Amino acid sequence: MKIGKARVPYLLLLPGFAFLFTFFILPILNLAQTSTQTPVKGGDTGQYEQTFAFSNYINAFVDNREQFGRSFVYATLATILALAIAYPLAYAIAFKSGKFKNILLVLVVAPFFTSFLLRTVAWKQILGEEGFIVPTLRSLHIISEQTTLTSTAFAVVAGMTYNFLPFMTLPLYASLERIDPRTIEASGDLYANGLTTFRRVTVPLSMPGVVAGTLLTFIPAAGDYVNAAILGSPNTKMIGNVIESRYFKIVDYPTAAALSFTLMAAILILVTLYIRKAGTEELV
Amino acid sequence: MSHKVKDATIPTIPTKARISRWFGRNMLRIYMIFGFTYLFIPVAYTFIFSFNDSGKSNLIWKGFTLSNWQNPCGAPEVCNALGNSIKIGVLATTFATILGTMIAFAIGRYQFKGRSSSNLLIFLPMATPEIVLGASLLSLFLVFKINPGFWPTVIAHVMFCTSFVVVTVKARIASLDPRLEQAAMDLYANELETFRRVTLPLVAPGIAGAALLAFSLSFDDFIITNFNSGTLITFPKFVYVSAARGIPAQANVIGSSMFFLALAIVIAGQLVNRKKAR
Repeated sequence: MKIGKARVPYLLLLPGFAFLFTFFILPILNLAQTSTQTPVKGGDTGQYEQTFAFSNYINAFVDNREQFGRSFVYATLATILALAIAYPLAYAIAFKSGKFKNILLVLVVAPFFTSFLLRTVAWKQILGEEGFIVPTLRSLHIISEQTTLTSTAFAVVAGMTYNFLPFMTLPLYASLERIDPRTIEASGDLYANGLTTFRRVTVPLSMPGVVAGTLLTFIPAAGDYVNAAILGSPNTKMIGNVIESRYFKIVDYPTAAALSFTLMAAILILVTLYIRKAGTEELV
Repeated sequence: MSHKVKDATIPTIPTKARISRWFGRNMLRIYMIFGFTYLFIPVAYTFIFSFNDSGKSNLIWKGFTLSNWQNPCGAPEVCNALGNSIKIGVLATTFATILGTMIAFAIGRYQFKGRSSSNLLIFLPMATPEIVLGASLLSLFLVFKINPGFWPTVIAHVMFCTSFVVVTVKARIASLDPRLEQAAMDLYANELETFRRVTLPLVAPGIAGAALLAFSLSFDDFIITNFNSGTLITFPKFVYVSAARGIPAQANVIGSSMFFLALAIVIAGQLVNRKKAR
């Protein structure tokens, strides 16, 4: 009976981990293998053989460094904007909404039940030539007749900020809500004014939420290509767009694999550095 | 807040100061109104344009009609795509919820060798960009000469939903009071009975929440689906493909219905919780 008991957790893990091993670990390993392949000489398109060509990585990076740079700049901007928008919102819901707390929380998540793509297309039409924003801004002479809002970096970053906002708001709310109000009162009793209390008590205590929220926003934003495809132009292509077209249009699997791996490695390194710096290890 | 009392002793406050003070006090409230407006603009737009008498392309307002709502399958591709999304969502949710709940119980309830690496294995799929998950799985299917399509998509969805189920159910398990189970054991319930009559009912809301999350993740997923579905069209894929030439208004009907349906489920859940709390 005792031996049987020790086995229980492993039996519970077995089916799930077998599944994750087959359809998550194995594909990643296979992707690593694909990334160093080269085309078969005289073979058809899409035929590759293993030659351990690590130069694939260098070529892939050098050819697409612009898109890599753009992905990280856009994702960083979207993360900062989302933090700036979500923090006061989460703060207001956690501390100032009284009995409406639950309703407001539902309202923050609710827009995201309408399909992600429908909302992005809606933004495209709202910001587009036939929408109401561009003609209004033009008639007020805020923007010139030639200026457009869609097909710009602005539209792509705005779209990403919008789409990943709940991933920022929810962890922020969760950590703000957990703050004991007595710590804030104590700070006031010690003659700290509102700003000092916010800066020295509320913000440090909400750091786990800030870290979780920025990660949950940055990671999908860096790999995203939907916003760039719908709201952007060829000049706003991100690394995701390149990987997608390498797979489907050019059938260049090794380059796509090398790019995917570089993206994943870059994100993992940045995330590790960031978690170290922010000093929260309880996340994993 | 001590400076406020000092202010009150000044007999007359200049208008400018009063306005700025009003802003100071209501800043968060104003901010919240702006925030929620921003959140709801595209939702409202989608809803309004579901009443557009637009024909094929739903780009410009042409007049009010109810026909899109009366006949949501008027554009048959929309309904077909929706059907596929629902089928994939239900299957993926079922498998991911079963696998994820089992893992959550193992990690949440037992101390065993390899527990922290198990946590890592759960965390990794969530920290990997979707495009890498989608692309790597497609490469694997290609190696084994499996054509992308319905089942590969279901497998892909189970893969990325499982981690979210584990995290959600684990949080619920961690918040349980261990004394409840001890009490059941004290009352001579054996382990299986305790699990069935005490632990499981207490964890059930967490499992239901996880299933709801898994379904919405699966239903809304585009990137991983796009890689593994081949010629199969799901609802998000339909929207993406037809975005360039304009989306039929029926798609807006479905998007808006999903919004109201989900809102109703969440509110009903809250009401049930409140009743139980009483």
